[in-house]
Amino acid sequence: MIQSMALNGIAIAVSDLSKTFGNQFALRNVSFQLPAGEFLTIFGPNGAGKTTLIRILSTLSKPSSGKAKIGNHSLPTESEAIRRQIGVIAHQTFLYEDLTADENLRFYGKLYGVRDLDARIESIISEVGLGLRRRDRVRTFSRGMQQRLSIARAMIHDPQFLFLDEPYTGLDQHASEMLSGWLKRVRSSNRTTLMVTHDLERGLEMADRVAILNHGKIVFDERQSAIDPKSFRQMYYELVGGGQPS
Amino acid sequence: MIAKIAAILWKDILSEYRTKEMLSSMIVFSLLVSVIFNFAFPPGSEALREAIPGILWMTIIFASLLGLNRSFVYEVDKGCLQGLMLAPIPRSAVYIAKSLVNFLFIILVEMIVLPIFAIFFDLNLIDSLGQLLLVIFLSTAGIAIIGTLFSAISVNTKSREIMLPIMYFPVFIPVIFGAVQSTTAIFQEESWKVIWGWLRIIIAFDVIFLIVALLTFEYVIEE
Repeated sequence: MIQSMALNGIAIAVSDLSKTFGNQFALRNVSFQLPAGEFLTIFGPNGAGKTTLIRILSTLSKPSSGKAKIGNHSLPTESEAIRRQIGVIAHQTFLYEDLTADENLRFYGKLYGVRDLDARIESIISEVGLGLRRRDRVRTFSRGMQQRLSIARAMIHDPQFLFLDEPYTGLDQHASEMLSGWLKRVRSSNRTTLMVTHDLERGLEMADRVAILNHGKIVFDERQSAIDPKSFRQMYYELVGGGQPS
Repeated sequence: MIAKIAAILWKDILSEYRTKEMLSSMIVFSLLVSVIFNFAFPPGSEALREAIPGILWMTIIFASLLGLNRSFVYEVDKGCLQGLMLAPIPRSAVYIAKSLVNFLFIILVEMIVLPIFAIFFDLNLIDSLGQLLLVIFLSTAGIAIIGTLFSAISVNTKSREIMLPIMYFPVFIPVIFGAVQSTTAIFQEESWKVIWGWLRIIIAFDVIFLIVALLTFEYVIEE
């Protein structure tokens, strides 16, 4: 099934993916397909398995069973080839605080074997609006600036696929709006994007497609255009249990 | 792969140059131990002379543990280890780079501590410097090879500062023994044959654990 998906413009194909920690299921037979260039937002409460899913797809963790294919490469056998094509942005920035913005990007650029690295750093650092602070150490940056630099880090090798794990965590209003603006540009750049978040408003705004993960299972999967944002919140709380908080 | 190992080396050396967290704690610890042992034994006593190789290597090994503990903690605390693991490089490249960095830092500390030891304990290192440097080089390689692997294992445990020495010392006994005995042989001006006998143990340990570490690091650093 997965091989035929790759031929039909499906960029990410996940089939019966499960992950257990001891006796606990973090993911139970998760399956979905994401066409190339689409933006999928997966919502879920804490402990739903969102981060586990991102960790598996980004090769940081191995699935207990099931298959996944990213582009033309299968997990976990072609992890290195997959890592070359993905960019990951999480609430942790993966940045070295005692290095400057420029040095951080240079380091990651070298790890990814980016050609013409100077020009790429110049371009990407301007894109995230940190050109004037490029020689400053990251520890002097605000959380919002660090997240912008984290975006530059994740994009240094111009990845085809983007995985976002709660990227809004810890950001103030201004930084969140900046991130949203950047994600809208990502949508129009034809990159295949998977975001996991519990921020319903922002997640809905970005997505082409929306899924809900609860107790390790996909319990909802729908095109964004078919969703009424007002009733979605109510439905989300009903699906994840407990009803809408007062 | 060499370019990527060099990138990790450059990053770690630059970070350490800026923070001086590892080196300063290792050097200060080594100096304190040297001073304490200098006062603990009567000057010029036979007991001191016999104990010097042991004191020297215990100082180096405990100081190196301070650095080895920081080696991966620095990466994990800021989530940077994930950034490193997401890069399209073999896990063994990360291990080699980290081992080389640890080796360089420990060697640097040894080059500072050794002359101070010579002054405090009235040692003539000039005549046997080549042999002593060879022992230091091979033993430090062992410290870095096994210490880097165990540092990666212990960094994800709750009591990582305690876990590292608990795991490290039992495995590391052959190198400690070889290093102390070969240093004793050098100080007692024994023949090269005697020294070489101990060095062979250290070399065998280095080679075996380098192979083990390269084969297992991928599993250690993942889940």
